[in-house]
This record gives sequence, structure tokens and C-alpha cells, in this order.
Amino acid sequence: MSASTAPAPGPRGSGAAAPVLEVRDLSVAYGTPAGSLHAVDRISFDLYPGESLGVVGESGCGKSSMGRGLLQLMPPGGDIGGSVKLAGEELIGVDAARLRRARGEDLALVFQEPMTRLDPLMRVSEHFVEAIRAHRPDVSKDDAEHMGREALAQMGIPPTRARNYPHEFSGGMRQRIMIALGIVLKPKVIVADEPTTALDVIVEAQILDLLDRLRSDENVGLILITHNLGTVAETCDRVAVMYAGRIVETGSVAQVFDDPKHPYTQGLLRSVISIDTTELSSIEGSPPDLVSPPRGCRFTPRCPERFDACPTVDPVLAETNPGQHAACLLYPGADAGSPRTVVPPERAAAQPHQGETR
Amino acid sequence: MTAQPTPREPSGDVLLDVRDLHTHFNVGGGVLSGGGDVVRAVDGVTFDVRRGEIFGLVGESGSGKTTLGRTILGLAPATSGSIRYGDHDLATLDEKRFRPLRRRLSMIFQDPNASLNPAMTIAQGVGHPLRIHGITSDRAATRAKVAEMLERCGLAPAERFLDQYPEDLSGGQKQRVVIARALVTEPDLVVADEPVAALDMSIRAKVLELMMDLKDELGLTYLYITHDLSSGKFVCDRMAIMYLGQMVEWGDAEGIYDDPQHPYTRALLDAIPLPDPSRKGRDRQLPRGEIPDAVEPPAGCRFHPRCPAAFEPCGWEGRDLVDAIEERWTSVGEDVFERELALVGDLQKAAVGRDEIRFPAADAGALRSWLEDVGPQLPAAVASGIDTVEEDGSDVVVRFRWGPEPGQQDVAGRRVACHLHGVVVRPDGDHVGTPPADRVS
Repeated sequence: MSASTAPAPGPRGSGAAAPVLEVRDLSVAYGTPAGSLHAVDRISFDLYPGESLGVVGESGCGKSSMGRGLLQLMPPGGDIGGSVKLAGEELIGVDAARLRRARGEDLALVFQEPMTRLDPLMRVSEHFVEAIRAHRPDVSKDDAEHMGREALAQMGIPPTRARNYPHEFSGGMRQRIMIALGIVLKPKVIVADEPTTALDVIVEAQILDLLDRLRSDENVGLILITHNLGTVAETCDRVAVMYAGRIVETGSVAQVFDDPKHPYTQGLLRSVISIDTTELSSIEGSPPDLVSPPRGCRFTPRCPERFDACPTVDPVLAETNPGQHAACLLYPGADAGSPRTVVPPERAAAQPHQGETR
Repeated sequence: MTAQPTPREPSGDVLLDVRDLHTHFNVGGGVLSGGGDVVRAVDGVTFDVRRGEIFGLVGESGSGKTTLGRTILGLAPATSGSIRYGDHDLATLDEKRFRPLRRRLSMIFQDPNASLNPAMTIAQGVGHPLRIHGITSDRAATRAKVAEMLERCGLAPAERFLDQYPEDLSGGQKQRVVIARALVTEPDLVVADEPVAALDMSIRAKVLELMMDLKDELGLTYLYITHDLSSGKFVCDRMAIMYLGQMVEWGDAEGIYDDPQHPYTRALLDAIPLPDPSRKGRDRQLPRGEIPDAVEPPAGCRFHPRCPAAFEPCGWEGRDLVDAIEERWTSVGEDVFERELALVGDLQKAAVGRDEIRFPAADAGALRSWLEDVGPQLPAAVASGIDTVEEDGSDVVVRFRWGPEPGQQDVAGRRVACHLHGVVVRPDGDHVGTPPADRVS
């Protein structure tokens, strides 16, 4: 297997600013009865302050594992490899105390189901006192409550409601509370994993507007993990498309949405049912089992453009436009590490597509 | 046996005629706590479904769309109103008389994992309704009919699937099985409740396409229940936008998308995330807050507290002023908040009514003049609904203007319930205040 060790570069014209997050060859594996499952397989990217990166892909493509991997939140038997540097400091391999500090103070994670993360027996204000004093024991209870009220107000929760219990809030308000808890210590990066999937469309738009405002007001880096391509187009500067544990395409949102290069990205964009949809389309088949992924390009069995090299040569990210990269043998440079040279695309060489009914 | 008790009329005839339907539930009333609250899940809807069309029921969670679908299928008892289906009124049928109709009225549920019995093979599961309704008499006939329907639903060859269990299938395949089970009894009407919402986006289109093909092949009529206006646009002929148990706008689907007439419809359309970066940051006005509790829906227009276009007659009431003051406090900073809190006092202690709100004030004069000064700056248009602010002893009393609940009117060929098109009063509505002299008959 060849690896994509080259980082997908940051945004064009990011100038002198240093990335707030540098991820290199991040891998996440879980032990399963069937063998080791590589949910994330050596992915690399940079995130700049005030930048938002959307991570998209179908269920089971490793998006959420990647998000948890950044914070090293692993289930028992989980294993992390590679490098995650936050403002230049390596976080993989640090001791538990440093890691605890990093989570919350430097990196915040916002989940899909806020109710499962809030203690029903604790007032909202107590959540803030606990979260703040765990990191800053010298902050008084009054000051911590004050910080909590400010963070809540920033998220549109009235200060008069700060001492209510979680069940006294609606789903959207709870998600606002979770985000307020995440930002109260002014983290440098927010990782939001499907933060609006459980919410209705209007509340979703409200929350995404809030996240976007946070990103620009506080210059915080935002990683938005979602299956919804519309959400990415509305909220993000750059996008990384994941398939079978890897980034298969990355670039600015405008590049990837207007001129997608990877056949998987093309299929995903075509399968979006939006208000402008005039023709329905879908991707045949399902993502592969990551215990024993296919050799070569992992998208080969589902790819309408596959040709003879695809099942054997494992593509790496190659630049297709300035700032846009795709891991597909259709593009020169994607076969790096392989002795084979890719001839121009011969899509007709692929056998007729035998799609499995899904 | 394919005998059809109700002959199929030509397309365009009314298949289902729903009049002033209400479905209310009692909630929270335990043995000890006595009578509970009433949730008015469906609260006076009138519409019709024509044979051969796809009629959409669209709304957020809590809009009553699912309860409406379940009431039509006799799964949630109607409180009042009628549902004409052929010679029957489904709203008044008891279970015994409803049962023979069930084969003609089917449902496709959202989550295939929850709607298939894991202990039944596909042949048993899909064949179950055939046996229950006595449509097939022996195992071979049932199996043959199931096989035919599976293949129609894209599960071919059927032999590969008949003896499998749900767990052997992918999510998309399972939903095809659910569709096959709903259609195997040759229904007239299929209520499809979010049929693709639980599926991965890459296969939603396939399942929707299948449903549309089957509709044409089998002469079906769909009631398509969804929160997703995007898929609704693609499949629906007509649709109703529901909010808190009522239809705020209904009619021709194309018109609803091209030229929405209710601010809620417009808000739903504006909120849809577009996979088109060139329209990022487009001008849109999102409603504030969330869909409120259906136990105590807002008076007047139920959407008014969230509505970006709300104005004087929309039904401003006591709790709107509390919400507006609280919303103001999220943006004024801690010092202003503390100062104003001292003036207003504990909002929990205000006597919040529909037509008036009474604040017990430390300094009634100061509070009255603050309310008069700050009122116009308060979020929402709540100040437009304030009639008088008066001191009454140590209290300050704010009274609200007449705000009737809107009735439906014809706008752009659709039925719309919104005062922006002229104040129309819903006869049985929940109105704020008293009508001005020229409105009293």
C-alpha cells in the first residue's frame, strides 16, 4: 500500500499565518473480532485560524473516527498513529494531564446528541462551573458562572435561564448550550461532529450561523463533520471528502463543488437532493469493509470511471488545480510510489458496471 | 385474489376528503396528578387528496404531520372532524370496521430497522399482510405474490432474498422490503412517513425513484410526509405546509416553491442548505427560536413569535413580551442586564396572561417609562401589539391589541392562513384582546 504522506496544503493565500492544527498521517484503528479495522488511514491536512474545513462522506467512511482521533477520544482497543500538532505542539503521545487540558481548553468537540452530554441533575450554570474549574481551579464560582452567562448569551440563551436544568430547554437550545460549554475556555479549534443532524432545518441554519459567527469573531478554526454537502457549502471555506478512511479529494469549497475531480466526489454531489435537483442520481454499492479493504483504489468497485490500473495501484493525493487535490489515477501524479505510469484515462476499458441493488 | 372492493376512478378524483380534522392527546396526566395537558397535535385541518397524486405533508418536528398521517390510517383516533374515503368516514370507524379497509390504506415507515420483524424471513414479513387479510390462501400463492412484489421493488432475483432475514440486507434493501410489504396488498393510498430520511444520502434518490415508478405502475396515491422540502419538491404534486397542528399554506407544489405566500413557508425554503457555494451568505431571514410546545400554542397566528414578518394583528400576548425582554438581555452586556433586571424584577413573578401581563415592580413609574422607551427596540415586533402600558398601584400592566387567529384565504391559487394578505379571522380560533368597534358585528 502506498501512503498519502504529503499534506493537503492549506488555503491559497493563507500568507504568513501558521496553521493552528497540522495533522500528518493520522490513523485510527479499532480491534474487532474479524481483525483490525482501520477507520482512518493516514490522513493529513492543515487548518488555519479562522478557517472552516468541512469533512464529508457517507456513513462508515471514517469522518467521525477522524474527529475523535484529533482529540484522542478512543474506545477501548482503539489505537492512534501519526501526528496532530496544535499551534506547533505535538499532542499524540503526550501524558494524560496534558491531553485533558487540551480537550476543552484548546480543542472543543461538539456532538450530535446534546442531551446525552448534559447531566440532567445539574443546572446549566453548574455545568459551566465544573467545566471551567476543571481547567482553571483558581477561577471563583461566581466568576465561572459569569463566564458561563456570557458564553450562553453569545449563543442566544438569555442569562435569566442560566440556572435552569437541561430538560427545561428545547433540542436547539441544548445544542446552543453544548457549543457555549465548548467555547467558554476560548479553544483554538472546534470539532463539530454532525452538530445539526438531529435538528430541524430552521434551527440547523441558526446553529450553523452561530458557528460561522464564532469562527469569524473569535478566529477559531472549525472542523465541521457532516454528511450534508449543502451544510458544507453554506458554512465552510475548504472541504475534505473522505472515502474508506482516507481523504480522496480536498480543495476550496468553490473548487470542489464547481469542479469535482474524484469520481466519488462527483457521485456524492450528484446524489444530493436539493431544492435545485432536476434529476435523481445515486452511487451504486456501499463503502467497503475496512477490516479488509479492496486493494488499489478503494473506490474501484463502485467507480464508473475505473480502468485497468485502479484495482492494483493505490492512488495518492495529486494536485489537479492550485490548492485542489484528488487521489485518483485519472490525474497525473496520483500514482506516485508506484512504478506504473498512468496513461490518460481510458474509462471504456472498465467492464460494464454491475451495480448491486441497495 | 385481486378483487377490488372500491373501483378505481379515473385520476384526478378526490380519493380522500378531510374536513376540520382534530386529533388531540392527553399527556402527563398520571393517576396521581389528575387530568393532564392536551396536545392538539392535529388542530383543524381541511384538505383533499386526489387519486394518483403525491400529496406532501411538510413541516418541522412537532408540526403534526405524522399524527395526521396516522389518524388517516386509523392508528391515532380522531377527536373530531371527518375523513371521507369512498363511502366511509375513516374518522368515525371503529377498529372492527376499519380492519377490512387496512389492505387499501398502507404505510411506509421511516426506519426500516424498526419496522421489520428481525425474527421473520423476508418472505414471511412481506407475506404477513396477505395472510392477515386473507388475500392468498396457501403458502405457495403467498410466496409467489411476495416474490413478484420484491422484484418490482428492485430485489431481483427474489429467490436470493425470500429466505433471508432483515439483518442480512443493507439499509437500502431493507427499505425496499418495507415498500414491498406496504404495496403487496394492492393499496389505494400509501402514507409514506419520511421514507428516505434514515437512508444514506447516496441511495435516497434510488428509493424515491422506485416509489415514483411504482406509483405509476400500480396506480397508487401517496401521502408523502417529510421535513425535507428538497425531496418534496422533486416528488410532490400538491402539498401542505404544517405548523403546530395546522396547515399554514397548501395547494399546488410548484407554486409553493416558486412563490411562497406564508412567511413560514418562505423561512423553510430559505433555511435549506444549498450545495452551491456561489450562493453562500445569500440574504435570508431566519425565524427566531424553535417550534413551541403544542400543549400551549401561541395565541393568534401560531407562528407569530418566530415570524420575521409579524406585525400588529398577529396575536401578541403576555409571554411574547417576556421572551422579547429575555432575548434583549442576550445582547446588552452584563451591566445593562443587571440594571434592567433590577427594574423589571423576576420575570417568573410576572402574571403572564394572554390579553395582558402584570409586572409587580419595585418602582412602577420607572418600569413603565422603561417599557415605553425600550419597547420599540425589543426583538420581534411585540411592541406593535402593545395597546396600553399603565401603572396599577405598585404594578405595571401591559395590555395587548386585538390579534385574531388567522383563517385561511385564497392567495395565488392556494389556501393561506396569514394576516399579511388581509386580516381573516378563524372562527374557532384563539384570539388576543377584543376586536375594535368596527370589527364587531
